[in-house]
Amino acid sequence: MPALFITLYLRELRLARRRPVEVVLPLVFCAAAVSLFPLAVGPEPQTLRQIAPGVVWACALLAAMLSVTQLYALDGADGTLEQMLLGDPGGGVIAVAKAAAHWSLTGLPLVLLAPLFGLLLGLRGAALGVLAVSLLLGTPVLSLLGNVAAALTQGLRSAAMLIVLLVLPLSIPALVFGTGAVAAVEGGQSPGAHYSLLGALLIFSALTALPATAAALRISME
Amino acid sequence: MAPQPQRLRWFTFAAPSRFYTLAGALVPWLWAAAAVLGAAGLYIGFFVAPTDAQQGEAYRIIFIHVPAAWMSMLIYAVMAGWAALGYVFNARMAAMLARALAPTGALATCVALVTGAFWGQPTWGTWWVWDARLTSELMLLFLYLAYMALVTSIDDPRRADQAGALLAIVGVANLPVIYFSVRWWNTLHQGASVSMTAAPKMADTMFAALLLMSLAFWAYAAAVSLTRARAIVLEREADAEWVRERVAAGRERAA
Repeated sequence: MPALFITLYLRELRLARRRPVEVVLPLVFCAAAVSLFPLAVGPEPQTLRQIAPGVVWACALLAAMLSVTQLYALDGADGTLEQMLLGDPGGGVIAVAKAAAHWSLTGLPLVLLAPLFGLLLGLRGAALGVLAVSLLLGTPVLSLLGNVAAALTQGLRSAAMLIVLLVLPLSIPALVFGTGAVAAVEGGQSPGAHYSLLGALLIFSALTALPATAAALRISME
Repeated sequence: MAPQPQRLRWFTFAAPSRFYTLAGALVPWLWAAAAVLGAAGLYIGFFVAPTDAQQGEAYRIIFIHVPAAWMSMLIYAVMAGWAALGYVFNARMAAMLARALAPTGALATCVALVTGAFWGQPTWGTWWVWDARLTSELMLLFLYLAYMALVTSIDDPRRADQAGALLAIVGVANLPVIYFSVRWWNTLHQGASVSMTAAPKMADTMFAALLLMSLAFWAYAAAVSLTRARAIVLEREADAEWVRERVAAGRERAA
């Protein structure tokens, strides 16, 4: 089972390396979406600094949802997914490998770029680090939830829109506590409580989302 | 173990044809109960119950707002429960019931949000605030909409039922957040109006009106969802012999 996980995970990375544009696209989308806010809300530094964590988080959520649509589409279309599901360990390992690969390819780069986005919006010092750490704990949650939605909508016509609608209500706690951590530091408090809640959320969503994804993949193949 | 003379037949009404007959017999009674209880509740609420000391007459919207908010959460729990039963036991009727409940739940959530806005305007001075209770209730509405969108965009009924069930079960995590939001985050929304563990803090007539309105909402929700479930049964079982006989009999009566 670990060997199969590593094989599947490396396969995803290899596929991504052959289509580098698709890996960069979510990051470019995120940068473009973040830069909309100074134009739309106005360039006052005070306002921008206040909304910075929320803007970065909301854009990260949208980037994760848009990139997750493709997670099962190609494998589902050419029959690979069906073959993989017929194998012995089945959906569970596929779900874990896909979620891990999605996070490594879109979540992790976002975490690394988040301080830059924060800097552009006027965040300073400790807040930048806290923003990155909150995303480090929060983006895996988004990948896991997106994974369930992608498996549920596999092969449907309006999958992309549906995924956003399915994930939005479930991702609100991650959004609230992620931006709360930055707000706490800006207000001179410790972000520890928010980190703990995000960590708990990550464990909870890993325990529920991965079995749900495996079940959804089985349903989609019937 | 002693032999039981009469075995309880739990699954009698899991057969769509028997369910169809039972629901058809229940629906008129449920409508009557909803009308009577609703009329009594509204009369007591609007004419008998005393004016509130702090909020004046504006509080009277509570008799619609609170039952609707309760229903919105309860229907989601019931819907998820039926969906889970349908998923685990592969019971068609349970899945159809879950699907029939969703639009009524979404309506109750809408009513709770809209009446809440009408109540918030005179008492808080604003139609909407991003407070924990309001936001989580709005998310519940999105969950209902997501469930309905997912279920309708999958053409194969079996796959639609199972996918919807998974989503409904995952979404149950939102219910405790709504329920406890007024206690966890001390925000603008007032605390629970009625508590299971404490004596009612409001006047007896107010409490009676609230109770009657809640029962009326229950009866209404049951009537509407059973009617919808009957329509879904007819649609899904259109090829079955008993449906053809019913439709033929109905045509004869109409002619």
